[in-house]
Amino acid sequence: MAKQPAAVIGVGQTHHRAQRKDVSMAGLCREAIDRALLDANMTLDDIDAIVVGKAPDLFEGVMMPELFLAEALGAAGKPLLRVHTAGSVGGSTAIVASSLVQAGVHKRVLTVAYEKQSESNAMWALSVPVPFNMPVHAGAGGYFAPHVRSYIRRSGAPTHVGAIVAAKDRTNALKNPYAHLREEKTVEQVLASQMLWDPIRYDETCPSSDGACALVIVDEDTARSSSNPAWIHGTVMRSEATTAAERDQVNPQASRDAAAALWKQAGITSPIDEIDAAEIYVPFSWFEPMWLESLGFAEEYAGWRLTESGSTAMDGRLPVNCSGGVMSSNPIGASGMLRFGEAALQVRGAAGEHQVDGARRALGHAYGGGSQFFAMWVVGSQKPTN
Amino acid sequence: MRDVAVVGFAQRQMRDFDGSPTCVELLVPLFKECYEQTGWTRRDVGFWCSGSSDYLAGRSFSFVQAVDAIGVIPPVNESHVEMDLAWAMYEAWIKIQTGEVDTALVYAFGKSSAGVLRRTLSLQLEPYTMTPLWPDTVSLAGLQARAGMDAGLWDERAMAEVVNRSLTDAEQNEWAVRKGGSSVEELLARPVYADPLRKHDCAPVTDGAAAIVLAAGDRAREVCDRPAWITGLSTYVDEMTMSRDLTGSASARRCAEALDLGGVDTAELHAPFSHQELVLRREVGLADDVTINPSGGALASNPMFSAGGIRVGEAARRIWAGDSDKALAHATSGPALQQNFMCTLEGNL
Repeated sequence: MAKQPAAVIGVGQTHHRAQRKDVSMAGLCREAIDRALLDANMTLDDIDAIVVGKAPDLFEGVMMPELFLAEALGAAGKPLLRVHTAGSVGGSTAIVASSLVQAGVHKRVLTVAYEKQSESNAMWALSVPVPFNMPVHAGAGGYFAPHVRSYIRRSGAPTHVGAIVAAKDRTNALKNPYAHLREEKTVEQVLASQMLWDPIRYDETCPSSDGACALVIVDEDTARSSSNPAWIHGTVMRSEATTAAERDQVNPQASRDAAAALWKQAGITSPIDEIDAAEIYVPFSWFEPMWLESLGFAEEYAGWRLTESGSTAMDGRLPVNCSGGVMSSNPIGASGMLRFGEAALQVRGAAGEHQVDGARRALGHAYGGGSQFFAMWVVGSQKPTN
Repeated sequence: MRDVAVVGFAQRQMRDFDGSPTCVELLVPLFKECYEQTGWTRRDVGFWCSGSSDYLAGRSFSFVQAVDAIGVIPPVNESHVEMDLAWAMYEAWIKIQTGEVDTALVYAFGKSSAGVLRRTLSLQLEPYTMTPLWPDTVSLAGLQARAGMDAGLWDERAMAEVVNRSLTDAEQNEWAVRKGGSSVEELLARPVYADPLRKHDCAPVTDGAAAIVLAAGDRAREVCDRPAWITGLSTYVDEMTMSRDLTGSASARRCAEALDLGGVDTAELHAPFSHQELVLRREVGLADDVTINPSGGALASNPMFSAGGIRVGEAARRIWAGDSDKALAHATSGPALQQNFMCTLEGNL
């Protein structure tokens, strides 16, 4: 049995900020939802089901907040699902929402992902001491820095490549009115910033943001009402265990397996030639070249050459994170959905100032945990033929 | 829709699990039982989905290490809901309906005894005006029970009858942590705990885990003589506010209305408080001759995040054994029956 065609016809996001004290959690979600519904030319009454995603509940201090949010999200009287797959959750949530349409169970699904990081301190919420477990002190940066060091050693990449990514993404964000950090950055400025977790400098890390993203995903009949649907050409989720001696956290097998399955589903044989824009989950600058390799855009240890040559710039061969990416806005639970939504905006020709001319197929990517949970999709301007 | 059946089920329920909040030590033997029931290995499972809560485990990402119970290489097609096992099963059923996979193993776990459960669940409430008052689960259920009594919809005797039947049936359930019927009179003579609730009106705090195996079409027939075919599923949620009509459950009623309940002979209802079974029976409109909660239900044991899915598993076991031809399984979440899930299982397609 084949999947029913599904398309994104509405994308909405908040203005991401360090602290959105002007809104409650419900208000934050509604800001994104209302924009997505407006984009889709729909109201909440048109929606059949709602899928909510966010990262750990400890980040806001509410257990299963979708329950208290149900009414504000328009879910009362409707089916409501809550997904949580670590940092990949925004992507996974979009995939679960699209599967409700692809299964033929619902026709119009609203999905929203959010994080209101200012309600707590994510670094410490990640650092609760757990008996008999290796502590993850100092949050995600301390965890991922050794992986970056390993990548630099193995690939022989020049040490300024991370700064190229950071300067590019922060500067790209100037063209995205919703981005949290919008500032012109040069490679020199990035290199001059404080070293936090060697080799990751302050300017090479993502911010801590409040924000939300919402998508309206619909069936083929409903998509006809849209002048520019983003058709879903492939979706994939892959997970690998935490504890395994053979794990390669620099280029995880779950990531490579996911990419291979995704390209096959989407009928793509040469990703670098066939993908016109990519929104890749890059919370620390060096993850751009690392994921470029893992995703198959470059040979192993050659990803940094794409970055260094400017190929991932907005006018390059493979524009990566034209929105400014996670490096410019990181409402954790929403960050993956923002990647998926920005990919959809690109193929809909609706990305505004950061639009890649003529983008026809785009990648949305998210990962989470200790580089062990992966969610990806390919969207296209044309209905898939496979 | 593809024909999908429950073909495997394993559970553990106990008063106090002496192990980690991620329950990995419980999950490994549960998966082994599922493999024994189906003759599969982990490589035969097309999709995995789990249900759990970080707040129950007292840490972020509590589901992450549970994934290790699956095994190491190769990576798996996997997801997680911050919900009960029943909804993890729903996500897996959807995945099978898309045609992407033919089989799924879903699991859930929760160590309720790690904290004071009824206070932990207060953190589930609306954080701006409700949580600061710390109304606990039992107190909110007490308000609901009182509302129904004041409305003349049920009385203490009707609640005690539910308890007596449940704890009597639980004598046959090896996993029940509270069991042993007595009489309505004896139950009513016991002290009130949270007026009008007595202790036996409230589900016991229970640790545990459970797993359910789903398979489509011939994959189901290959591994099960009489698969429990899922012939309908529905889930709805209500607004949280306690100013809704607590004597009923609009979302439970919607769930029931979405299903064909004709011919249902058995119902496993997830009612953590005795009066909630009365609410559910009324909303579902079950006939008098339907067997309710032959497992003893949630009043006998109620492991958080798997107890709803265990209702599905218990119903499936009765289909497999030929004790039921059509069963209704129900799960609930949130305060006072806020969110509900139902499915029908049938032995004959």
